[in-house]
Amino acid sequence: MSVATTHNTKWWNGGKSPFNLEYGKVMMWYFLMSDAFTFGAFLIAYGTIRMSSNGWPDPNEVFQSFPGIEGGGLPLVFVSLMTFILIVSSVTMVLAVQAGHHQDKKGVVNNLILTIIGGAMFLGCQAWEWTHLHHAGAWWGSNPFLNADGTSPSTNFTNLFFTITGFHGFHVFSGVIINIVMLIMTLNNTFEKRGHYLMIEKAGLYWHFVDLVWVFVFTLFYLV
Amino acid sequence: MAGHAYNAETYKEAKKEVWKVTWILSGLTLIELALGVVLLKFPELSSSWVMFIKGTILILMMVKAFYIVAYFMHLKHEIKNMVMTIVVPLFLFVWFITSFLYEGNSYKNLKNKYNPFFKEQSTIKVPKKDAHGGGHSNDAKGTTHDAAKPAAH
Repeated sequence: MSVATTHNTKWWNGGKSPFNLEYGKVMMWYFLMSDAFTFGAFLIAYGTIRMSSNGWPDPNEVFQSFPGIEGGGLPLVFVSLMTFILIVSSVTMVLAVQAGHHQDKKGVVNNLILTIIGGAMFLGCQAWEWTHLHHAGAWWGSNPFLNADGTSPSTNFTNLFFTITGFHGFHVFSGVIINIVMLIMTLNNTFEKRGHYLMIEKAGLYWHFVDLVWVFVFTLFYLV
Repeated sequence: MAGHAYNAETYKEAKKEVWKVTWILSGLTLIELALGVVLLKFPELSSSWVMFIKGTILILMMVKAFYIVAYFMHLKHEIKNMVMTIVVPLFLFVWFITSFLYEGNSYKNLKNKYNPFFKEQSTIKVPKKDAHGGGHSNDAKGTTHDAAKPAAH
């Protein structure tokens, strides 16, 4: 689990990787850090614009529908489901990574399949929500939802919502594709022959990052 | 990588940690949702209470982010040099968030002060349209849609 001996090791004396990590994994971390700043910039733009507005729509008014239930009036329920799906898929992903550490091919395959299903379910939920909002008249440049105080809204709310959840949804989509590739490679015994499952770890890092971003999007758009 | 010793024991241990973190994340999400419901059910709460609850939700969000990065992304178990190259640049967000939110707030105040039209516009209440229903059936065609969106159905 943990790195065996970090004490009394001079990591910077040369001849060894100073981070005790494989090159690809270090680069994945740095990519994710840059992606964190991209998402951070989006979310901070949202915060800045919201702070500079006198009124803003009430999320409980906007997001109150659930598939198959007429009339709405169920704020927080659908987004809770989406959040739960993404947390569970993150758990199955970390289980796939652990299985990879221990050369447990069956565990990797099963957990990767569950992760892919979770990702697909999340994308389905998001597609439903977008369609629903679109039918209600919301889109880039069009906002039918009044501000919480009953005043006329600007389109900032929908522009930011669709841009940020769209960018996140695109990350989820990429993650599902990456996980499908990982699944095929595992089934082809690529990692078995290579002797390690480090690729699964890199895919896992990406997937957890997607979950991490959702934690922020969920809180900032739907809760506060 | 060399230096890792994996066996059945570490496998069990690792799975245990995963489930522990799962319960923590689920619990924190439930608390966040409960606070969201409080905000929803008590609209007459004073604004300082609302600020307090929203602040608590934001703190819980940061705690969840910590657990995901530290345990699911394994950063807690990497060596310190690696952790620092990731964590130290993230401190830029302190400046980023503070200054931009401050800027947004200041822009609002300036607009309200020097642009009477802006201020007036944002106090006029408009009649509530039935823009949002549960399904698509009660979505009266043409009344709630603006011209920018001709192909909604």
